Amino acid sequence: MIRIKGLTKRFGDNTVLNNIDLEIERGERICVIGPSGTGKSTLLRCINFLDRPDSGTIEFGDFKVEAAKATRRQILALRRCTAFVFQNYSLFTNRTARQNITEALVTVHRQSSDEANRRADAILRETGLLDKAESYPAALSGGQQQRVGIGRAMALDADLMLFDEPTSALDPEWVGEVLDLMRRVAESRQTMLIVTHEMQFAREIAHRVIFMDGGRIVEQGPPGAIFGAPQDPRIRDFLRRVS
Amino acid sequence: MRALDLQYMLGLVPVILSYVPLTLAMAGIAMVLALIIASLLAVERVVRIPVLDGLVAIFISFFRGTPLLVQLFLFYYGLPQIVSFLTQINGVTAAIMGLTLHFSAYMAESIRAAIIGVDRSQWEASQAVGMTQSQMMRRIILPQAARIAAPTLVNYFIDMIKGTSLAFTLGVTEMMGATQKEAAGSFLYFEAFLVVAILYWIIVESLSFGQRWLEVHLNKAHAR
Ligand SMILES: Nc1ncnc2c1ncn2[C@@H]1O[C@H](COP(=O)(O)OP(=O)(O)OP(=O)(O)O)[C@@H](O)[C@H]1O
Ligand SMILES: [Mg+2]
Repeated sequence: MIRIKGLTKRFGDNTVLNNIDLEIERGERICVIGPSGTGKSTLLRCINFLDRPDSGTIEFGDFKVEAAKATRRQILALRRCTAFVFQNYSLFTNRTARQNITEALVTVHRQSSDEANRRADAILRETGLLDKAESYPAALSGGQQQRVGIGRAMALDADLMLFDEPTSALDPEWVGEVLDLMRRVAESRQTMLIVTHEMQFAREIAHRVIFMDGGRIVEQGPPGAIFGAPQDPRIRDFLRRVS
Repeated sequence: MRALDLQYMLGLVPVILSYVPLTLAMAGIAMVLALIIASLLAVERVVRIPVLDGLVAIFISFFRGTPLLVQLFLFYYGLPQIVSFLTQINGVTAAIMGLTLHFSAYMAESIRAAIIGVDRSQWEASQAVGMTQSQMMRRIILPQAARIAAPTLVNYFIDMIKGTSLAFTLGVTEMMGATQKEAAGSFLYFEAFLVVAILYWIIVESLSFGQRWLEVHLNKAHAR
């Protein structure tokens, strides 16, 4: 069980995350939706300290980090509980597709390079990219790069996989293959927290949908409820605009 | 105006050529050492370790702000008077030391700029997979910075090769020192220095082949 309490983040005097509470069950898939600039990315980035939260606590099982007092070692440990899929893929440009997957296995998780390569090849096969193993990111399409990005995250066997709008930077023709791969990740019962603008996908994959506005969670519930009968007028507004 | 003594010039070529290995060795050793020191200085300038940061800034400022010749004299003639174990320092060592420190200061600045030029996504991806600061630097950031900084660093290496000629002022018989001795015997100064100038020129030009190879190698990951 992952427990986030009172998570708050300010940039200057702009409070971007306002006292967020969130509990996530093992194997749960949560989609986060909401208007631009409401702190969705910041929420994900604070969970693994890419942005340092100002206050609040983050718990992965028995491991608890207090944001205000987090040490460097705690931050590293927290990051090793999570995997992150970036909107702009953010593959290591000086590493091939396979090396993007093995890099952290070898340097962070101290696997032998044989072991890491076997894992990488299994993942490349699953993502349909085995023939691109030796390609550098610059030689891959956006869809292929994002599939490597997801593969890199899969390899980490993280307690929580964070996705920040994984299809938003893609040409429409590549969106489908990336969503397909995310469905496969979901089948493996991976715990997922997904920021997305793909409402149809959210409706289909999520156990729970969270609507954020102004740095707060405004409403949450099963997709049927949020999309079918939202209580807050802001959600109705938002859904009308995006559909 | 008199005619050039071509025969003398041709005879001089093998004499000076025999000092090319020493010149290249001084420049090569100084380059390797300078690259290591410059990378460390550059990383420090980026991550900014308290106290150390001030010292590094002063180091870089001093070695960029004073002439190489003055630094060489300082090491060769000056230091042994202050630091007793350096009494045995020879010209070659002093020259390598001077070149190393002088160029490490310049190279630190261009490596620092290159590090900062590495896309933010690369830093964030490294952090997100759980790398420590030093793993991130060694495995992801510095290799990418090397590609950005390479053309500038090659230019510094060229400056360094030419800079080895100053070692002759420390009594080292390298290409320039040898030429000076030959010219003093023959009084054919123009011929002698023209020969050494052309030889330096050829060395530097042949480096540009190496530069092209290096750029292809470093750009491997970026070819489509
Ligand atoms: N590094 C930063 N410095 C200052 N302000 C920031 C920074 N990052 C984000 N913000 C601000 O925080 C707010 C929330 O940003 P965030 O990126 O989390 O929104 P979002 O919900 O992900 O939006 P989008 O749907 O456009 O991605 C915005 O007002 C943004 O300008
Ligand atoms: Mg965002």
